[in-house]
Amino acid sequence: MARWIAMSLFGCLCWLGPLSGAGEADAQTPATSNVDITYLGLAVTRTLPLSYLDQPPGDEGIDGARLGLADNQATGQFLGQSFKLDEAVAPDAAGVIDAFRQRAQAGTKLFVTDLPASLLLQVADLPEAKGVTILDATARDDSLRAESCRRNVLHTQPSRAMLADALMQYMMIRKWSRIALVVGGDPEDKLYADAIRASARKFRIKIVDDIPWTFDPGARRTDTGHYAVEAEVARITQPLGDYDLLVVADEGDNFGDDLAYRTTLPRPIAGTQGMVPSAWARPFEQWGATQLQSRFLKQAKRWMTDDDYGAWLAVRAIGEAATRSASTDSDAIAKFMRGKDFDLAGFKGTKLTFREWDGQLRQPVLLADDRSLISVSPQPGFLHEFSELDTLGVDRPETKCHM
Amino acid sequence: MPHVMHQNTSLRAERSNPGTLAPVALDCFVAALLAMTATLVLSPAAQAERIFVSNEKDNTITVLDAQSLAITKTIKVGARPRAILTSVDGKSLYVCASDADRLEIIDLATLAVTGTLPSGPDPERFATTPDGKTLYVANENDNKVSAVDVASGKIVAEVPVGIEPEGMGMSPDGKTVVDTTETTSMAHFIDTATNKLVANVLVDSRPRVATWTPDGTQVWVSAEVGGSVSVIDAASHKIVQKIHFSVPGLTSGQAQAVDVKITKDGKTAFVALGPANRVAVIDAKSYEVKQYILVGQRVWNMAFSLDEKRLYTANGVSNDITVIDVGDLKAVKSVPVGRSPWGIAVAQ
Repeated sequence: MARWIAMSLFGCLCWLGPLSGAGEADAQTPATSNVDITYLGLAVTRTLPLSYLDQPPGDEGIDGARLGLADNQATGQFLGQSFKLDEAVAPDAAGVIDAFRQRAQAGTKLFVTDLPASLLLQVADLPEAKGVTILDATARDDSLRAESCRRNVLHTQPSRAMLADALMQYMMIRKWSRIALVVGGDPEDKLYADAIRASARKFRIKIVDDIPWTFDPGARRTDTGHYAVEAEVARITQPLGDYDLLVVADEGDNFGDDLAYRTTLPRPIAGTQGMVPSAWARPFEQWGATQLQSRFLKQAKRWMTDDDYGAWLAVRAIGEAATRSASTDSDAIAKFMRGKDFDLAGFKGTKLTFREWDGQLRQPVLLADDRSLISVSPQPGFLHEFSELDTLGVDRPETKCHM
Repeated sequence: MPHVMHQNTSLRAERSNPGTLAPVALDCFVAALLAMTATLVLSPAAQAERIFVSNEKDNTITVLDAQSLAITKTIKVGARPRAILTSVDGKSLYVCASDADRLEIIDLATLAVTGTLPSGPDPERFATTPDGKTLYVANENDNKVSAVDVASGKIVAEVPVGIEPEGMGMSPDGKTVVDTTETTSMAHFIDTATNKLVANVLVDSRPRVATWTPDGTQVWVSAEVGGSVSVIDAASHKIVQKIHFSVPGLTSGQAQAVDVKITKDGKTAFVALGPANRVAVIDAKSYEVKQYILVGQRVWNMAFSLDEKRLYTANGVSNDITVIDVGDLKAVKSVPVGRSPWGIAVAQ
């Protein structure tokens, strides 16, 4: 969940032609036509995460889009389709809006974005955004799928509500019924906690206590700094009644890893740290995921993150729609993506499709810690009239999105 | 809803299909009854016929006597054995040792691993030419199909294809081999004389297996995530039919087509449906799905007995194989093997 970045790629234009080898091959290759995709990102100044062990990757998100592009080209070479990825990452909101305007005016209609919710809405509401399709690859905000939903935006990352439901379903399966919630001070932490609270209500999980994390450890890496952290965790967890799972909301990776093994009652940690519900996870290798992990490792020389996966899904969704609709026309692609014949194979053992009521990509949510995959939600037994994937997040009857 | 159910399938079936389930106690009773009567019900297999099962997680091949269904030997092989194939002369069993990046050769007389062949990285499935001289191997991690000359033990050609090559189907005349690519969602037709692509046919998501009809006129390609089988006319490279599956009580996403087997008379096709824990029986002429046979969990690959009276299925999650009586179209017995059974083959 960490949001680091220190990149200043701006307007770098990358175009992978048909892959060498099979492209010029043998079977009659049709004449090639192009699909233009713009990757639009905001370079965020990042705080360092709590742990030095996982350094912030430079091209998070973009690297996933690049792999999606290579995958699209591999299919496209046999069908006379080629894909262009124009990478536009700006350091501030004005730069992002300018970059969007330029490309939209030049005729680009397919955008993959890595933008915070407020900026995403600014972009989606621009006059130039009429008729474009924005695939939001990184924002998890429930508001973007509810009162602030937009007709021209699709979301490939699971919403916070889906992540929370994935965790609560797993608790139900384990017959764990009580959580204590520790919430960080960032606005995102509050949104994450809201999702946990709503999901706990939905699944009748009791929140025995709901406490803010206020401790600022200052220079943590001074000698003996661990005493202070241990004392603080003991101080906040001692008054808690009994609970089964300590759920932490710390999207910025500021303190969550400091909770485990220090609580007064010995209880496991889940949420943004510990057992984490997420779209993608390093230890995940089922349903052919090993293939995607190894292709990504080879290309980016690092492990794939959630945001990389979200961007990969977005670019692949465009590619899949181009393949299946046999069209490189952006409008035809956008229409097909939202249609009933569209499905995407995302290495999760099932078809991924967009919910027509809020533009959210249906998908299983992984539950994993750093080293092992623990489970995959929806859990067995959570049934649904149309798709069990719709037991995660906000279903059609409850949606507040009215486009 | 098929009524044959054994212990291993009951848990999964119960979760996915609570409305139509027989009580567990009855399942156990049926399982016990099946076990007791199995030897009577089974049509007799040919003398000394053996079943070979690759266990993906155990790095072993389980050998069973087809008559008694008893395990007679467990052979240690290289890491992550997946597809297995008997040689044309019937003397050897070839094994794709995926994580060992090679093929292994098991002598069927001694049941010892007697040699290896190069395969290219991450071999998953393969096919042999009818003369037995060349093996075509899908290299899942390398977007290539490798042609391996068995006599010299050398890779003699590499054909670049789409992403994640998997299924390999050899035409009966040996002139064309079809490879499927999972992420590219295509069936690639390769001319074995030139080792060049002659056609690329788009099918549904994550194609797994390419199986030729015995008369060589069609290729049936399964799609796991797409949940369908595309029937491709081998001459025109056009899809003439798409077969979809609708298992009562399961959502459509659970019927994921994997292995396809077609009887020698070309009349009946069997399709393994992975996490649906069923094998679909299809009239191969009308393309009508006739019924679904409940087998073990995550049914993946299948093999006929040599007389085609039985069909064996490898069930990856329940760690067993199921014996289907081809005449009655009923599952008659399941037998535990190793962990994550993947490939299955039958030989004398």
